Amino acid sequence: MYPFTYHRPASLDDARARLAASEDGRPLAGGMSLIPTMRFRLSSCSDLVDLNAIDGLAGIERHEGGIRIGAMTRHAAVEASAEVREAIPALAALAGSIGDVQVRNRGTIGGSICFADPAADYPAGILGLGASVNTDRRSIAADDFFTGLYETALEDGELVVSVDFPVPERAGWAKFGNQASRFAVVAVMVSLAGGAVRLAVTGAKSHVFRVPEMEAALAADFSAEALEGIAVASEGLNEDLHADAAYRAHLVGVMAKRAVRAALAP
Amino acid sequence: MAEASVTLTVNGREVSATVDPRTLLVHFLREQLQLTGTHVGCDTSQCGACTVHLDGRAVKSCALLAVQLEGADVTTIEGVGGPDEMHPMQTAFKENHGLQCGFCTPGMVMKGIDIANRHAAPDEATIRRELEGNLCRCTGYHNIVESIAAGAREMSG
Repeated sequence: MYPFTYHRPASLDDARARLAASEDGRPLAGGMSLIPTMRFRLSSCSDLVDLNAIDGLAGIERHEGGIRIGAMTRHAAVEASAEVREAIPALAALAGSIGDVQVRNRGTIGGSICFADPAADYPAGILGLGASVNTDRRSIAADDFFTGLYETALEDGELVVSVDFPVPERAGWAKFGNQASRFAVVAVMVSLAGGAVRLAVTGAKSHVFRVPEMEAALAADFSAEALEGIAVASEGLNEDLHADAAYRAHLVGVMAKRAVRAALAP
Repeated sequence: MAEASVTLTVNGREVSATVDPRTLLVHFLREQLQLTGTHVGCDTSQCGACTVHLDGRAVKSCALLAVQLEGADVTTIEGVGGPDEMHPMQTAFKENHGLQCGFCTPGMVMKGIDIANRHAAPDEATIRRELEGNLCRCTGYHNIVESIAAGAREMSG
């Protein structure tokens, strides 16, 4: 690791001040991606501002409009939450499919979406469920949040505070995970709310994306059969030692159907 | 960069130390506290050999900085039992031949205890799913799964 100065602020204001005062500071949430990449010297920072001692950033609340999940809520808490399991079981399933138990005990929803790994699971949950990301400055719609490879709409020093999920009529999660890392080779979140369908794919491109052709077909007929014959072009899809672009394109179709079946399962 | 101080509880004992902020928890345990039962298996945060309990939950000590653990309660394999007084999960690994070379075993035992803490009578499918974050290169997992099932039975009984 390259050297850095460590900070452990007790409030959001203090965290903001320390980030603002640093040359190239980074916030640290669960650290399940950031610490390994710092270890490999793939990333570095002048100051590491640890958010783990700040009260009030973790927790799950059910309210009339949906479910609010605090940025520092661990994946294991979302996986086990009675509120999430009752209102959006597909979101609990997504959280329970991230990494492994040890990672889920430490990793956070805010950290995952801010890191914006192209193969992370939560970005598909945010986009496929039409969530809003609340920061210390504003609320950002899911469609505007993920902007590129490890890139988000967040400005310098902007901190995610919570995520608001509307409760859909149906939602389904399907993931083809890498056997070693458990990252998504391809994973899909689909949801149906008020006749509108959202279908988001992670793992396949530089960042999470929706598939309008599939959404239109599902809006007319919400069944796996409705996706028959709708192919995703392999141009621009990720290629690595785990899967080439054509295989990933194929997997998008397979995972989309599985996600719809999961959404329809009793 | 400035050194930082940290005070935490390790295996029931309060420990205060000065660390380079870059020090991973696993290196702090092994090199500063001489608790070498916690192993470094992969260096890529995938193998689970470095699993310890942080405030009662299994975590990978290679993906945490020691300096982050102010006030935390950490338990390592040395804290659960030793040759004279083994933890039921350690006994279960011994009796069910749950190890061959033994390198992954500290992480497996810590993970097994974590599984038993959350599942009173875990079935095979549960144990196998829960073990996704712990890799073993020799046993094929069969006897590890048996060991954890037996250890969990003993712990709940």
